[in-house]
This record gives sequence, structure tokens and C-alpha cells, in this order.
Amino acid sequence: MKGLLIISGLGILAMLAEIFKFKKLLLPIVLLGIIAAFALNFLEWQTRLDISYFDNMISFDKLAIAFSGIILLTAFFWFILANNYFDKSSSLVDHFALVLFALVGALMLTAFKNMTTLFLGIEIMSIPLYVLAASKKEDLKSNEAGFKYLIMGSFASGFLLFGIALIYGACGTFDIMKMRMFIEHNATQLPLFFYVGVVLILIALLFKVSAAPFHFWAPDVYEGSPTLITALMSTIVKTAAFAAIFRLFSIGFGSISEVWTSALALIIAASLIIANFSAAMQSNVKRMLAFSSISHAGFMLMVILANIRTNISLDAIIYYSLAYSIGSISAFGILYNVSRKGNEDISAFNGLSKNNPLIALCMTLAMFSLAGIPITAGFFAKYFVFTTLIGTPYKWLLILAIITSAVGAYYYFKIVIAMYFNKSEDDAPLIIENSNKFVIIISTFLILAIGIFPSFVSEIFKF
Amino acid sequence: MINGISINMYLMLSTILFTIGAVGVMARRNIIILFMCIELMLNAVNLLLVAFSVLHHDSAGQVFVFFVMAVAAAEVAVGLAILSMIYRNIKSIDSDLLRNLKN
Repeated sequence: MKGLLIISGLGILAMLAEIFKFKKLLLPIVLLGIIAAFALNFLEWQTRLDISYFDNMISFDKLAIAFSGIILLTAFFWFILANNYFDKSSSLVDHFALVLFALVGALMLTAFKNMTTLFLGIEIMSIPLYVLAASKKEDLKSNEAGFKYLIMGSFASGFLLFGIALIYGACGTFDIMKMRMFIEHNATQLPLFFYVGVVLILIALLFKVSAAPFHFWAPDVYEGSPTLITALMSTIVKTAAFAAIFRLFSIGFGSISEVWTSALALIIAASLIIANFSAAMQSNVKRMLAFSSISHAGFMLMVILANIRTNISLDAIIYYSLAYSIGSISAFGILYNVSRKGNEDISAFNGLSKNNPLIALCMTLAMFSLAGIPITAGFFAKYFVFTTLIGTPYKWLLILAIITSAVGAYYYFKIVIAMYFNKSEDDAPLIIENSNKFVIIISTFLILAIGIFPSFVSEIFKF
Repeated sequence: MINGISINMYLMLSTILFTIGAVGVMARRNIIILFMCIELMLNAVNLLLVAFSVLHHDSAGQVFVFFVMAVAAAEVAVGLAILSMIYRNIKSIDSDLLRNLKN
């Protein structure tokens, strides 16, 4: 909770920076603030207390603290990556404030205990992102991305709200724990519109995590937005939306799982197939990573499916989110530097191993991690997810997931092959700023570290 | 029953309004009409929330409506800003012209 308050304060401070003329100091202040929020988060973890705030609307339990830790870590890396991006644009403080407020929404989504905070969290996170997606004012692609994101986001919010209203009508409360009690006591006499409400909320949240068949906006928005904003969307937003779906469906609607599990299984299957096969056909790297993030959403949703029966899969989901976030931030960080000349296709990576062997190695490891190849974090992330599925009736999903992972390896390797075997047209070495190098190397190190010692992370998050 | 009108009537009315809004978002091409359709969806929800709130004798539903209104206003403010930016670039508000991101 203290972390959430600090980030909100930072957002307000960032808006004041223009007036009181400390724009130069803003980045260090924000980084320090995020470190402080992370530290306080860690202290709350140590106390092992579950305090709820605002009339039980927000409560930072273990799950919430773990997810906010991942979000804060990613945000820290992201701000370092973005430092020179912000230098160029004139409206520096607005960008800072918008990103920080989106972060507030993301943190709220990890910890909500009430439908009100779920809705507000989603909106606080999304509205700044609509602006950020459209932030290249002259670029029509960016305008279009922002517009599409806005229309699709508000459309999904409409579904979410209609679902919330129907569930409120059936249960008479917005509180998730009271709702759960009500559902358990009146399991047989729930009106039909209650189930409609559950399905509408599921659809809305799947829109937000961009699972197929609700994914069609994601490739366009990811391609059109500025690369760093895409990095933000595919890491922080995804983790937060996923935390929300996990909490709502395994806590709130866990006792009526038969209504939505089979639909969810089909959605996961569709996500895995559509995303991996479409990604294999892309030449634009941003678009490819967008499809890859859809397939990762499918993997993360598998844990929800497994969690209904076995309550042991919490460490699997946290490990997966962590591995995916770090792998993505590293991949997007490199893509941002490589595509600076305006070429976002795979050919932009041609000959990178000659120009900049270290960065090429980091990109290779990030791609290995996203593909799930051993000794990187992604391998154990997939492994843990698969083990949670054993013992559930969804073993066919497991087989499908393994087959589509093989397809996935194909398109991740396309980039690796371009870097190591293709010749580049110009031999000008790629110059990467030290701050960006720092983030890329540290995140590569983390990918390897948690890939070689997976028990280290999963022990921490056993609860 | 609220004032002699069954809750199902309220439910039906707001479902119809919501569906009109949702179909409008998918079918219409003028961006301003799109925003109006989204507003219609949100207001259908507001109607339903208020009806249920009276039915349950619980004020939480009405408080939620205020949140929805505030968020809808914020969303439209951002939307109109993006719209004016698009208009400056393509001199039109037809969403069919925004097709640069398709393969």
C-alpha cells in the first residue's frame, strides 16, 4: 500500500516539475521513488500481515505484493531505458506523469478486493496509455494506434461494467469476499443474468490481456505505438491485467468454475494456435512480439485453469510473469536501439553479431527465454506451468502448448539467424547508450540467474 | 418491483440500450458517432446500476454510477483530443481512412 501511495505522490510531483523547474532532477527522483516503493513493498512482505484499506477495497496480500514487486522492477528498468527518449520530446513531465499514473492503476489492479477498485484500476491504467500510444503527434500510425486502443479499451470497459452491474444485481454487493460467500450459499438459485455477467467480465478482461479471439487490436496498437510504449504495454499492463483476472476468477468466481473453465480452455487453445502461427508470418519485429505476447497470455491463463483444483500454482504464475517481463523488457530495449534508424523489420538485425556482439548475445538470450529454451528463465517458466496442468482434465492443452511452442521457436530463431548469419548493408557500428546497455545486461543476467537457479525464485514465492 | 415496474423491465431496457451502443461501435464509421455509442453503453450500465441499487436498498450502486460518469468523461476528453489530432493529419473523421496498420 505504501508503494502505491509513493507512486501516486511521484506522479503529482512530476506534474509540478515544470512549474518549479527541476526537470533535470526528475529522473533520479522517480528512480529513487520506485526503489523506495519496492523496498516498502518488500518490508510489507516480511511482516506477513494482510491489512486491508479503504473499507476493504484494497488489500495487499502476498499475491498482490509479489505482482507489484514484478511491476515495480519492470518499471525501474523501463525508466532507465526511456531516459533519452524523454530527452528528445518537449513534453517530458507529461510523459513522466502519465507513465507513473498508469503504474498506479497497475498496482491497484494487483490488489483490488472490490469491483469498484477493479474498474478504477483498469481505467487509471488504460487512460494514460491511450494518450501515450498516440504520443507521436505527427505520425499517423501512432495516432491510429492510440485511437484503436481507445475505442477497443472503452468497448471492453463497457462490457466489464455491464458484467459488474449484472453481478451486483444478483449479489447486492461489490465486495469480492462477500460475493464469494453469497455465491457459495445460493449456488442453486442464482439468476441467469448472473452467469451472463460472469461471462461479460471474462470477455472484458480477456480483451485487456489480449487473448484470442479478442486480440485483433493488439498487433495494430503494438506496431503503431512508440517502441518504448509498446514495451510498457506488453510487460506492465499485461502483468497487471493478468493479476486482476487471476484474483477475480480464482477468488471471486472460483466456486462456479464450471461456468467458465471450458470456455477459458478453448480461448487458451485459440490464443496459442492463432498467435504462434500469425507470429511466424510477420516480418515486422514489433508485430511479431505482439503476437508472441498473445501466446504468452495463453500460457499465463493456463495457470488459472489449473489453479481451480490445485492451489499450489501461485509460484508458477509469479515465476512466469517475472521471466516474461524481464525477457520482454530486454528484447524491447534492444529493438528500440536497433530500430532507431526507422527500420523495424527483422532485416534491421542483420549482422548485429559483427557490429555489436554483446548486444547480439543479449538478444539471443532474450529470444531463447521467450521461446522457452533451457538455461534461460523462460524454460522453467513453461515447465512450471506445464506441471500445474498435470492432474487436471486439460492434458490436451499441454500437448497443444508443446506443439505451438515449437512453432514459436521458429520465429524467435529468425531474429537470431538474422543477427548471426546475415550480412548488414552498412557497417556503421550500433551505438548504444550506457544506461540502455546497463538495463539490457542486467536483465540478461537476471534471465540467466533465475533460469539456472529457478528454485531460488520459487522458494521465495511459496506460500 | 420498483414503483410497480418489475426489475426485468429495467434489465430489458438497459440491455437494449447497451446492444444498440455495442452494435453502433462495430457498425458506424464516423468517430464522433463511435464515441456517442460508447457513451450509450456506459449510460445503459448506469441505468441498470441505479435500478439494482434501489432494488437492494443499497447506496453502493449509486456511488458506482458517479465513478462511471467521471471515468466516461475522462475517456471522452482523451478521445476528443486524439480525434482532433487525427483530423489535423488526415482532414477527416472517418475511421475507415485509418488503415495504415493492416498488413
